[in-house]
Amino acid sequence: MTTTQTPTQPTGARHGLRIFLIWLILSLAATLLIWFVWKPHMPPGDMSDAARHQQFDIAVLAVSAAPVIIFVLVYFVYSIVVWRARPGDESDGEPIYGNTKVAATWIIGTTVIVLWLFVFGTVELVGPAGAGAGEGPSPIWKLSGVQTASWTAGSNDMLQVQVIGQQWAFTYRYPQFGGMESAELFLPVDTPVTFHVTSLDVIHSFWAYQLGVKADANPQVDNVAYVTPKALGSVTVRCNELCGIWHGAMYNFGHVVPQAAFQAWASGVQAKERADGILAALPPYALTYDPTVIPQLGKNLPKIDGITGAAGYYYPPSDPVTP
Amino acid sequence: MSVAARATALIVAVVVVVGLGVFVALYFIGGTSALPTVHYAASGGQVNVVLQEDPQNNSASKPDWVSYYVQDPSSKQWIHTTLFSVPANTKVNVTLYGYDGCTPLRNNYFSQVQGTIGGTVTVSQFDQHGKEYVPNHTTSVINGWSDCNVGHTFAIPGMNLFVPVASPNAALSANNLCSSSPCTTTGNPYALETFSFRSPDHGGVFRWQCFVPCGGGYLDGNGGPMQTLGYMMGEMDVVSS
Repeated sequence: MTTTQTPTQPTGARHGLRIFLIWLILSLAATLLIWFVWKPHMPPGDMSDAARHQQFDIAVLAVSAAPVIIFVLVYFVYSIVVWRARPGDESDGEPIYGNTKVAATWIIGTTVIVLWLFVFGTVELVGPAGAGAGEGPSPIWKLSGVQTASWTAGSNDMLQVQVIGQQWAFTYRYPQFGGMESAELFLPVDTPVTFHVTSLDVIHSFWAYQLGVKADANPQVDNVAYVTPKALGSVTVRCNELCGIWHGAMYNFGHVVPQAAFQAWASGVQAKERADGILAALPPYALTYDPTVIPQLGKNLPKIDGITGAAGYYYPPSDPVTP
Repeated sequence: MSVAARATALIVAVVVVVGLGVFVALYFIGGTSALPTVHYAASGGQVNVVLQEDPQNNSASKPDWVSYYVQDPSSKQWIHTTLFSVPANTKVNVTLYGYDGCTPLRNNYFSQVQGTIGGTVTVSQFDQHGKEYVPNHTTSVINGWSDCNVGHTFAIPGMNLFVPVASPNAALSANNLCSSSPCTTTGNPYALETFSFRSPDHGGVFRWQCFVPCGGGYLDGNGGPMQTLGYMMGEMDVVSS
C-alpha cells in the first residue's frame, strides 16, 4: 500500500508570522519612500503655510493608507502562492467562523484606523492654516498679524486682499492702498494675508493652487481665507466652480514678491489709478457689492429701454430685460 | 465562443466606442469651425484689425442679440464672426466702431484701459448726422458709470488687455441707435475708437470677451450673446511665422 506524501505546510501561526514580517518590511519601506521621497513633490507644494499643511496632511494620509493597502496585497499574493489549490485537490478551504483572534484583530484594526482619521482630520481642519472652521464667512479664529488701515513692509501688518470674481476673470482690490484694483495678484512674502472673496455675478471659486487657498466666491458673501506666503514665485489662480462657457479659461497668474517690491508695486498702481481717475470711479471699498445697484447712475442718466431701470437700478432681478 | 471570435468582438467594440468619441469631438469642433475666421496679414510689421459692435445683427436665428462684426481686410465686407487671426509678435492696430448704446459696467474697474501700447485709446463720438460731438482725444479711462459712454469692452484676459469700448451717449443711445446690421456711419450715432497692442511672440488661441453684461434677459446679463461665439465672445488666433 502506498501513501501519498504531501508537502509540509507551516502551521497557522507561522503563516501569520510570515505575512506579518513581509507586511512590516514592505510597510516600513513604503512609509520611508512616501515621507522622504514622495512628500516633497506632493501637491500643492510648500509655498505657503497652508500649502505646507496640506502637503503634510496628504503625506500623513498616504502613510496611513499604505500599510492597509500593502496588507491587502500581501495577503492576496500570499494566498495565491501558498494556499492555491493543487492539481487534484477538490476540497474546500478550512472554515474560520468563530475565530476570535481574526474578528478581534479586524474590529480593533478598523476602529483604530477610523478613530485616527477622525481625530487627525478634525485637528487639521480646525487648527490654524487649516481649511475648516478657521475660514469661511464667519471664521472662528484669526490669522496672527496686526490689523491696520495701511500696510508697511517689514512690519507684521496683515495684508487685506479682496478677490472679486466675475464671468470670466478675477480682479483684486487692496483696501490698504486706497482700494486700488488690479487684474494681477501680487503678494508680499512672509506676510499674513487675509483674502476676502466675493463675486459680482454667479458662483466662482478662487483657487490659488500653490498657496493652498481655495474659497468660494459667492455673490453677496464675504468668504474669508488666510494664508502666509513663505516663498517667492508664481502662483496659478484658477476658478474652481463651473461658472459658464469660459470657466476653463478663467485663470491667471499671481506673484509672491519681496515685501519692498510689493510695496513699490502697490503704491505705483495706486498712484497711477489715482492719476487716471479710475480710483475715484470705483465704488467705495466694501466686503460685498450689489451689482444690481450702481449709486453713480440714475442721477443724470435717462432710463435706457432694455439696459437700465430707473434710479440707477441695473438689470433688476425683478424686472428682467428682454432684448 | 472561440478565442478568435471573442477577440474580434472586443476589437469591434473598442473601435465603435472610440469612433463614437471621435465623432462627437469632431462634431463640436466642426461646429466651431463653421464660423468664418478673418485673417489679417502683416504689412510693415503691423496689422490693422477693424471691428464694429452693433445693437443687433443680421443672423436668421438670433437677430436681436448684440454682436460684433469683423471687417475682411480685402473685400472690406463686414463678416458676422468673432474669429480672426493675426501674426505673432506684430503690432496690432484696432479700429472699433461702437454702434450699440451705453450699458453700465458691472465692475467699473474695466473702465480703465489696460494692455494697449501706451495704456490709452483714442476715441471720438458722432451723432446720427455725422457731427463729431466729442472730438478725437486720447484717454486711459472711459468711465462707464459716470457718463454712460461705454457700450461694451474688448478684452483678452490672457494678455491682460482690457479696453472699454465707447458708445453713443445716453440720449443718443435711448432713441437713435442703428437698427440694421451691419451698421454704417451714415445716419447712425457711433463712437470711433482706435488702439494698438502687440500680439504675443508665440502662437496660440486667445479668447476675447465683453465685460459689460450685455446679454439682456439672461441670468446676470451674461447669457446668450455673451456666451456664444460669433456674438460677444470670440477668439484671436495668433499665428507664428
